[in-house]
Amino acid sequence: MILRYLARRLFLLGFVFVALTVFVFSLNYLFPGDLVSNLTGLRDISPERHHHLQQILALDQSLWQQYIAYNRRILSGDWGLSFASQQPVLHEIARVLPATLELAAYALCLSLIAGIPLGLLAAIKKDSILDRCISGLALIGYSMPIFWLALIFIMLFSLQLGWLPTSGRLGVLFEVPSQTGFMFVDILLAGEINRSEAAYNALLHLAMPTFILAVYPTNVMIRFVRASMLEVLDQNYVKTARAKGLSRTQVLYRHGLRNALLPVTRQVGLQFSTLITLAMLTEVIFSWPGIGHWLIDSIYQRNYPAIQAGLMVVSSLVICVNMLTEILHTLFNPLARKL
Amino acid sequence: MNFAFCRFGSLSLTLWLTACQPVPEANSNQGLVYCAEGSPESFNPQLVTSGTTIDAVSQHLYDRLLDIDPETGALKPALAQQWSVSADGLVYRFKLRQQVSFHHTDYFKPSRFLTAEDIVFTFNRMLLVEHPFFQTATEYPYFDSIEWRQRVQKVSALSHDEVEFRLNQPDSSFLSVLATDFAAILSAEYGALLIAQNEKPLLDSQPIGTGPFKFRQYQKNVLIRYYRHDEYWRQHGSLQQLVIDIVPDNTKRLAKLLTRECDVAPIPRLAELQMLSSKPGFIVDQQTSMNVGFWAFNTRKAPFNQVEVRQALAMAINKPNILQAVYFGQAEEATSVLPPNSWAYRHEAQHQSFNPAKAKALLAQAGYPDGFSIDIWAMPIQRMYNPNAQKMAELIQADLRAIGVKARIVSYEWNTFRRKLRQGEHDSVLIGWSADNADPDNFLRPLLSCAAAISGSNRANWCDEQFDQFISSALKTTDVQQRRSYYLAAQQYLQQQMPLVPIAHSKRFQVKNSGVLGVTINPYGGISFMNAGKTP
Repeated sequence: MILRYLARRLFLLGFVFVALTVFVFSLNYLFPGDLVSNLTGLRDISPERHHHLQQILALDQSLWQQYIAYNRRILSGDWGLSFASQQPVLHEIARVLPATLELAAYALCLSLIAGIPLGLLAAIKKDSILDRCISGLALIGYSMPIFWLALIFIMLFSLQLGWLPTSGRLGVLFEVPSQTGFMFVDILLAGEINRSEAAYNALLHLAMPTFILAVYPTNVMIRFVRASMLEVLDQNYVKTARAKGLSRTQVLYRHGLRNALLPVTRQVGLQFSTLITLAMLTEVIFSWPGIGHWLIDSIYQRNYPAIQAGLMVVSSLVICVNMLTEILHTLFNPLARKL
Repeated sequence: MNFAFCRFGSLSLTLWLTACQPVPEANSNQGLVYCAEGSPESFNPQLVTSGTTIDAVSQHLYDRLLDIDPETGALKPALAQQWSVSADGLVYRFKLRQQVSFHHTDYFKPSRFLTAEDIVFTFNRMLLVEHPFFQTATEYPYFDSIEWRQRVQKVSALSHDEVEFRLNQPDSSFLSVLATDFAAILSAEYGALLIAQNEKPLLDSQPIGTGPFKFRQYQKNVLIRYYRHDEYWRQHGSLQQLVIDIVPDNTKRLAKLLTRECDVAPIPRLAELQMLSSKPGFIVDQQTSMNVGFWAFNTRKAPFNQVEVRQALAMAINKPNILQAVYFGQAEEATSVLPPNSWAYRHEAQHQSFNPAKAKALLAQAGYPDGFSIDIWAMPIQRMYNPNAQKMAELIQADLRAIGVKARIVSYEWNTFRRKLRQGEHDSVLIGWSADNADPDNFLRPLLSCAAAISGSNRANWCDEQFDQFISSALKTTDVQQRRSYYLAAQQYLQQQMPLVPIAHSKRFQVKNSGVLGVTINPYGGISFMNAGKTP
């Protein structure tokens, strides 16, 4: 049963990836400029080299063959060079992606830690002043454009109060070589620096971007958890449990919470794509050296190989996370498998 | 994975909630952060002309044979301890300082001190096609512009600490050339190592010099990291680290200055300076730079070929008003092409009087009682010598209307603009010049000589034998008093002929927080952190 379900999901995943690669592959033809340049990222190619590359890229064969060759290169890690730096695009992505993952993961955790309890609280105390306050705040946070909020925060916390730095991941005087790309791990691995001072500095740099990025998903989470909990509390089995004489807390923990939080796993997956989009905005505002910042720079520079690769990586990431949460949701919730 | 993140996340949340203390001021007093406006194009000043690169590289990594005293503009010994010029002005000999050590880094361990071989290696690179590194660069913009290959015949080592430059003709600006930031001294031993490793391009991207800091790390568009060069031959500051943080956005640079993420930053926008100078804890340094913003007439076109017309137009514009509106008062009114801190500046020069009535009379005298129409070309980009050419053009337009001259403002994209200028399609243009060295020749020759009219940097297309004679005679003599008198005569002649109207010498600004000591801005080139330090 579950195997069949997994097989079905994996088949769907494969299909989505085929569609994605077809789209990215076709971009090479849609972007202006020389096809060989767009595919390899090389510039000013000599005629002999050009001819040679055409053969390697299978450009003298049918479109289908070209697509196969393209996929083969993608799988073997040959993603071409960046126009701007003439470095392999995949290396550049490996350098910037961890920064984005780090930021997004912290923000997601923050939104779960803050969003779930607040949502539950609002549901339990339905229609009280507390509920009104939480729901009202959630609505305001939900409708606040984050670039605006981010600028206000910078004005307040950096320029007025001078508490937090405005940009980057770490003070530039700390020399932390990028080994894993994850700041705290790199700080642990770095030699010859004051680790605790560096970690503290990294935290200060992290605070504002994380908070700003967490605002939207937190509010979505509050609203979602509240609605889900209210729905569960309205179910017959909850009423029955109450009628059997279980206390309010017992009902809440044994029957309410587990059932109300089930849809949350799925929601995390759905929120992930929004989170990545917002992360791009946040990165630009706070000069966070992540993939969003890098991708937007690449768009400004008309750096086609980088745009393609960035698109591919970000989309794959979103698709995989979505699929993963979907599967987790199904594993926890036998009811979903039948659907 | 996700679980680990959650732990980190909750940790950071709790710490964040308790961490509301001021940011420690730029982290530690061991290092200093300079926020630059762009990435350097290269780490070798021989290959560039842009001020950004010079600021980021030359004074930190390299030394020159001679230095320019920032106060007086006089030359003083650096790597060369003494020098002598032969009587015919063709042979220059330099005696080198002893025990000057090159940078000791991960990629190069020098085995000897500086010798004459290094000087020959450095200057032959631009001179000899057969030099192993000649081909590794496509051009040497500064040395090409001063016609290095035509000027210099031979560079040779006389002994291990004596070098001789043999010139083709007498050239009294030659020492100034050697003192510019572009004439940085490289290591011949490092060159030999790179040839052996077949990694020649690294000479310009992984630098080795003798300067007060040595190269450590460079990430394009992110930062440059330098370490202290402990064996530096001069007394220098105690800074262990110098980081050049690359922040192209003006607003972000300002913000970083306010939050003390930067210690020093160049701030080109004059409006922001007023805000900063009123804030406690910041010091605004200013220095009149070796530059001039001017309005040049195309003297090949009628009616600008008439001296009276040029005089009239010069008289018609209200310079103090322009200085206030375009430079926000942060510039000096120009009376000559040369800035006042040049040794050849003509102090007795009169400020051009603002006199529309007299201008009108002059126009009538020249045969234009009803005026005429003129195109004013305004350059499309912001430069230190002219932060807003468009606005300046509008002010001039209004002034000219008062004497009956109808002006039209023209602008093109910068590359097109320069091409059309070279072709002489303009009536008049608002543009300027920044000098590379302290020598007056560096202003007068490229801007107004006949040779420059052919090569295109003479925006007035002005070619005058009398003037050319003044500046050539000045180059042929080494007697400073005599040179000065030639330059004074040339300036007086210019004021009378008025091929261009000098408008302003803008100032250069550097903002630093008050804990930073010993940073000086130099009117002749890049910023220096040699003696920099920080109060804890």
